[in-house]
Amino acid sequence: MKFTWFNLMPWPYLPDDFREKHHSVWVDIDSKLFDPVKSHEVYNTYLDLLEYAATLGFDAIGANEHHQNGYGLMPSPNLIAAALARRTEDIALLVLGASIALYNPPVRVAEEFAMLDCITGGRLVAGFPVGTSMDTNYCYGQIPALTREKYREAHDLILRAWHEREPFAFNGRYTKLRYVNIWPRPIQQPHPPIHIPGGGSIETYDFCIDNTYSYSYLSFTGYLRAKLLLQGYWERVAQRNADSSPFRAGFAQTICVADTDAEAERLYAPHVNYFYNRCLHVYPGFADAPGYRTIKTIQKGALSQYAPLRGFDNLTWKDLVEGGHIIAGSPDTVRQRMEDLIKGLHVGHVFCLLHVGDMPKEKCMYSTRLFAEKVMPKLRGLFPEYAHDDRFWCKPLEKRVRPGSLPAAPETPELAGQEA
Amino acid sequence: MELKTIQTPRVPVRYFESGKGEPLLFLHGAGGLDLDQMFLDALAANFHVYAPLLPGYGDGEECAELRDMLDFTLHTWDVVDALGVEDPILVGFSMGGMIAAEMAAVAPHAVSRLGLIAPVGLWLDEHPIPDLFSMLPFELPKYLFHDETAGAKAIGANIDLTDPAFLQTFLIRNARQLGAAGKILFPIPDRGLRDRLYRIRAKTLLLWGESDRIVPPAYARAFQSAISGADLVLIPEAGHMVAFEKTAAVTGAIERAFDARSATTPA
Repeated sequence: MKFTWFNLMPWPYLPDDFREKHHSVWVDIDSKLFDPVKSHEVYNTYLDLLEYAATLGFDAIGANEHHQNGYGLMPSPNLIAAALARRTEDIALLVLGASIALYNPPVRVAEEFAMLDCITGGRLVAGFPVGTSMDTNYCYGQIPALTREKYREAHDLILRAWHEREPFAFNGRYTKLRYVNIWPRPIQQPHPPIHIPGGGSIETYDFCIDNTYSYSYLSFTGYLRAKLLLQGYWERVAQRNADSSPFRAGFAQTICVADTDAEAERLYAPHVNYFYNRCLHVYPGFADAPGYRTIKTIQKGALSQYAPLRGFDNLTWKDLVEGGHIIAGSPDTVRQRMEDLIKGLHVGHVFCLLHVGDMPKEKCMYSTRLFAEKVMPKLRGLFPEYAHDDRFWCKPLEKRVRPGSLPAAPETPELAGQEA
Repeated sequence: MELKTIQTPRVPVRYFESGKGEPLLFLHGAGGLDLDQMFLDALAANFHVYAPLLPGYGDGEECAELRDMLDFTLHTWDVVDALGVEDPILVGFSMGGMIAAEMAAVAPHAVSRLGLIAPVGLWLDEHPIPDLFSMLPFELPKYLFHDETAGAKAIGANIDLTDPAFLQTFLIRNARQLGAAGKILFPIPDRGLRDRLYRIRAKTLLLWGESDRIVPPAYARAFQSAISGADLVLIPEAGHMVAFEKTAAVTGAIERAFDARSATTPA
């Protein structure tokens, strides 16, 4: 099992009447709600929490990409990863991911991921999302019906850039480059492992199976609702005669751990409420630009999870726990439900959303530590038959340098140079 | 009107045909032809009307090869060629007006009469065109119609999207139609037409609803100043769906402008 500690980085100061008074948390969110001075502390606390998680035995810490979004303060996941690269030593960095169709030219992603891989000594796990419709179409202006074609082309370009050893010309429909020759190149050869977040389309299932990428379902609605979607994926894996290694799949889950179930509710209910009933206030018109989702996918009934046209009802702690949106309670309760999740979905990667909504750092540290110490070790041994499957994880250099390894005070360099 | 199919080099195209007289090609807006039936019937009283559906509209096949403005423009010329008509009166509404104007700009010698009904294709910073793509059905009437209540009834704006079966049908239709329209309209319906309008040689008639809240009449004046000799007819008490709300006024203006038989004095 691989556990990644994840924080969406929500803005913690959305007003109480946000849902009533504001149009959407995403795309056209009121910019006056963002206070740059306050963000100084918010960002640094969130980075501290990621670094804290890195000391507790998680396999990775993660960053993702959202734009113009009140619950996701990471328009550039690579900036966050770069900040973490120098402040951590052994843990993997999972960027899930960089929306490759949005970069012009997309080799920018090949370069930045290569830089991260070089700086971290091969600790990068790369993610290539198509991006949500809010991010990709409404914020970044990509034409919905052409987004997937552009994404595939960007993917092909990046992979070729990583694989080929000679400069080459790339005559794409969306990108034309005479000299593709990325410098630097990643440590992990030919490239870091790749995870693909998907929303239930068969095309994406096949894309992952064909390329040996890990398929991840990043949902806020929990593992019970994810069953159908991942079942579809595993059926496809079987149809395509691929092995059923659980590392072919990952799932994001909101998790809150306390001493007892009652304490979990007392400590975390307000913050879970903040996230589900305030942060997820996405205007339904932004959820799914016409043409963004393929007809086949709509026919399968895989609709946007972000803004159900019914709207999110006001969900109580009880609703959220029973519905599996969140896994919360004592270490025993959480372990039991995590086991249900992992076995039920057959996933080797869990992206643990252990910071929720406007949760203050002390509570987040408490929940994180309990999970790391009392839950995670008991889940480690699941899927022993696949323990050695390393296809979907990074392979760092054995000998890595430590940041800050300069001598305390410089010798006289001119003299040292002359002696040599 | 009769629904037929014609083969173009890229894709079979569905089209309505009716009437006798000068050939007139009508190009629909982003919403398709659903609300244009009365208007087309009225036109067919004096013209031989062809109204092709863009690939993805109605029950027509989609065409992934149509990606940009030039593709849409040449595709529609392919339709004209396949229909075997020469120099049809080219009339387009909204998105169809944008395509018609492009057709007349790329092939100025092949279009002598051009009718643009509230076309898109230009962008004025002072008059931003609302984002049709992010609107929910119940929001549309106040933008599309002068008479919001009648408009809401006509397009069934108060449909129940919480019914999953209906929702799926609605989303598929949207993905097909607005997905195709988005290729030339998303996120801003401007693909450089302004730089090409000077090429148009056709006698051009601009028709606009005075209370158009999608493409406000400021755009009418922008088109008029960019197309040499263009006439503008502003129609009162009509919104963007001017041909639906004021069918007789729109057909009347088209007849006066383009129907040789209704010309009172020879030129």
